[in-house]
Amino acid sequence: MNVIVCVKQVPGTNEVKINKETNTIIREGVESILNPFDTYAVEEGLRIKDKTGGKVTVISMGIPSVADMLKETIALGADEAVLLSDRAFAGADTLATSYALSMGIRKIGNYDLIICGKQASDGDTAQVGPSLAEKLDIPHATNIRKIEEIKEGYIRCQRLTDDGYEVIEMSLPAVITVVKEINEPRLPSLKGMMRAKKATIPVWTAADINADINRCGLKGSPTQVIKTFVPVHEIKSELIEGAPAEQASKLAEKLLSMRFMKCV
Amino acid sequence: MANIRIITEKCIGCGICIRNCPFNAIKVENKKAIILENCTLCGSCVSSCKFEAIEFEKDEINNTDDLSSYKGVWVFAEQKNSIPAQVSYELLGAGRKLADQLEVPLSAVIIGSGLDEAIKELIAYGADNVYAVDNQALKDYNDELYSDVLTRLIQQYKPEIVLMGATTYGRSLAPRVSSRLNTGLTADCTGLEIDPEKRILLQTRPAFGGNLMATITCPNHRPQMSTVRPKVMKPLEKDASRTGQIIRPEIKLPDEVRTKVVETVSVACEMVNLTEADIIVSAGRGIGDPKNLKLVEELAQVLGGAVGASRAVVDAGWIEYSHQVGQTGKTVCPKVYIACGISGAVQHLAGMSSSDTIIAINNNPDAPIFKIATIGIVGDVLEILPLLINEFKARLGK
Ligand SMILES: Cc1cc2nc3c(=O)[nH]c(=O)nc-3n(C[C@H](O)[C@H](O)[C@H](O)COP(=O)(O)OP(=O)(O)OC[C@H]3O[C@@H](n4cnc5c(N)ncnc54)[C@H](O)[C@@H]3O)c2cc1C
Ligand SMILES: Nc1ncnc2c1ncn2[C@@H]1O[C@H](COP(=O)(O)O)[C@@H](O)[C@H]1O
Repeated sequence: MNVIVCVKQVPGTNEVKINKETNTIIREGVESILNPFDTYAVEEGLRIKDKTGGKVTVISMGIPSVADMLKETIALGADEAVLLSDRAFAGADTLATSYALSMGIRKIGNYDLIICGKQASDGDTAQVGPSLAEKLDIPHATNIRKIEEIKEGYIRCQRLTDDGYEVIEMSLPAVITVVKEINEPRLPSLKGMMRAKKATIPVWTAADINADINRCGLKGSPTQVIKTFVPVHEIKSELIEGAPAEQASKLAEKLLSMRFMKCV
Repeated sequence: MANIRIITEKCIGCGICIRNCPFNAIKVENKKAIILENCTLCGSCVSSCKFEAIEFEKDEINNTDDLSSYKGVWVFAEQKNSIPAQVSYELLGAGRKLADQLEVPLSAVIIGSGLDEAIKELIAYGADNVYAVDNQALKDYNDELYSDVLTRLIQQYKPEIVLMGATTYGRSLAPRVSSRLNTGLTADCTGLEIDPEKRILLQTRPAFGGNLMATITCPNHRPQMSTVRPKVMKPLEKDASRTGQIIRPEIKLPDEVRTKVVETVSVACEMVNLTEADIIVSAGRGIGDPKNLKLVEELAQVLGGAVGASRAVVDAGWIEYSHQVGQTGKTVCPKVYIACGISGAVQHLAGMSSSDTIIAINNNPDAPIFKIATIGIVGDVLEILPLLINEFKARLGK
């Protein structure tokens, strides 16, 4: 099985703090990390390769320094990684991102399965996976928590739903997006780290992947961010004091006095 | 190509733009701001500059589509067992306001089988029209069939706005459809308004785990599409006397379907549907031992709520992943969130900070959860929970 894994570099959210005075985001010394959900995507790709043979190729669209993050995936065991990087990709929304990724993936070619994370922690959209599948005209399934079976042209997997799960069969090639429950990611091996050190990550521009630049980046993005602002959480915090029994009784009273609780 | 440019003559190097950049893509050197290569062209810096020293050169977007041929507001009514999901009614409530402001009809779209009752409900909750595609083959949700049908409906009837619930299915279906239509889609919106001058939809949503809000538009493509977070919008009062038109379009289903749902397992109890719950009682590592989950479950049950958990509890194997709330779990927005022995790490807050009322029970008065709690109790959860359960049982007569 040849697997392609899509990964995104995101700011480590631990660092997102708000400056109360200016109401802006403080992002000094923010490190960039591999999007948390994508670590499970990479691991699942590697597990499929361990079981069925074949190849794992990791792809990302981002700025040139993302190459270092891609090397980390080589250290984990990915066979190859490619970076799509071009100023023409800047400002891409999910439509333009999935278009560019689809063109990169066409160039890689010869794949059975594409794995994405459920969503990226910066935008939280969860849209790139399904949109990418559409651009490649292949089926997709989101929120996959388990692959039950995968073989030539066929996958059966479990998708987490709002009130349980469902078992889905698809023909391959297909796109799946994965949740944390699917596996526990491995650590890089010594051999992998040596390989990563020597690896060079090919960088492909819009021209390299034959992408129409009118469909890339800001230009190819129907959505526009017109304003960003820091939400004002006006929290009137209140502590309930007293002995435990008193605390419990006061809390129950407060909760039950809320209007909607009447129907509990 | 689009670009953000510093007008060096005007820039004084004050650095205000640096603090406004969500991507850390500006630095100041020799008293002049410099845009770095990781700039995503979001434009946050432009309005922040008091000296008008930042210029946004946008490309002209050519779209030959006649935007004015798109009319009306659509709500996709997700259904299960032919019953519309709660979020469908919430969307009708939100859609009604938008449609009234634009002076266009509000339509519900429902795909499924045996839909007569559901259609009546949708009208009673505010739809002027209901487009119903009623077919045995469409009884249960299927990404491929549903996206095919919905895309064809949109192409045929050309609504200007399409709203869908930000549920598991909605967030899978919407991007598939918007991608086929090559239009924009804004995920998980918590605010919708109409710009009265431009008559376009202003879609507001949280990003960076709720630390930043963004207002997004889709000015040059139609339809304007959003998924909307459940529990945020308010449904209208049900009015059975309301009337509406029912349209039953003939849609040819695709010959070949590559996706098949072979089994659907609903976890029997209410306990797990976090996204639809009004009340969530959530367990953190502070409950100390998996056997104490019983207390959390019992309180949830008494209150008719769902059980959530922090990642620490899930990783310890005390409860299934489907209960996890936070950055790598679910995002929830209940009326009441009761955090029991949860410290309040940013990744946890990312999934629940927009809850209406947050109650924190924690024995450490310095736990970060208290900073966002509406009501806090400093104490031992194992002591408080049984007392609380008894209080509610007594007061609710259970
Ligand atoms: C990439 C990434 C993604 C993550 N995603 C998530 C996510 O989706 N969801 C999530 O929850 N976390 C997530 N985390 C983990 C997160 O950083 C925290 O580690 C986690 O939320 C801590 O869980 P906790 O509050 O239950 O445990 P702890 O931090 O151990 O807190 C336990 C709390 O219980 C209190 N306590 C102890 N005993 C008692 C008692 N008897 N009575 C009352 N209070 C008591 C303590 O004072 C403490 O505040 C993520 C982390 C990373 C790095
Ligand atoms: N720039 C990108 N490069 C590669 N993969 C991406 C990129 N953006 C998003 N993805 C993939 O799409 C998933 C969902 O991202 P999003 O739709 O942005 O929430 C991520 O987990 C990645 O697998």
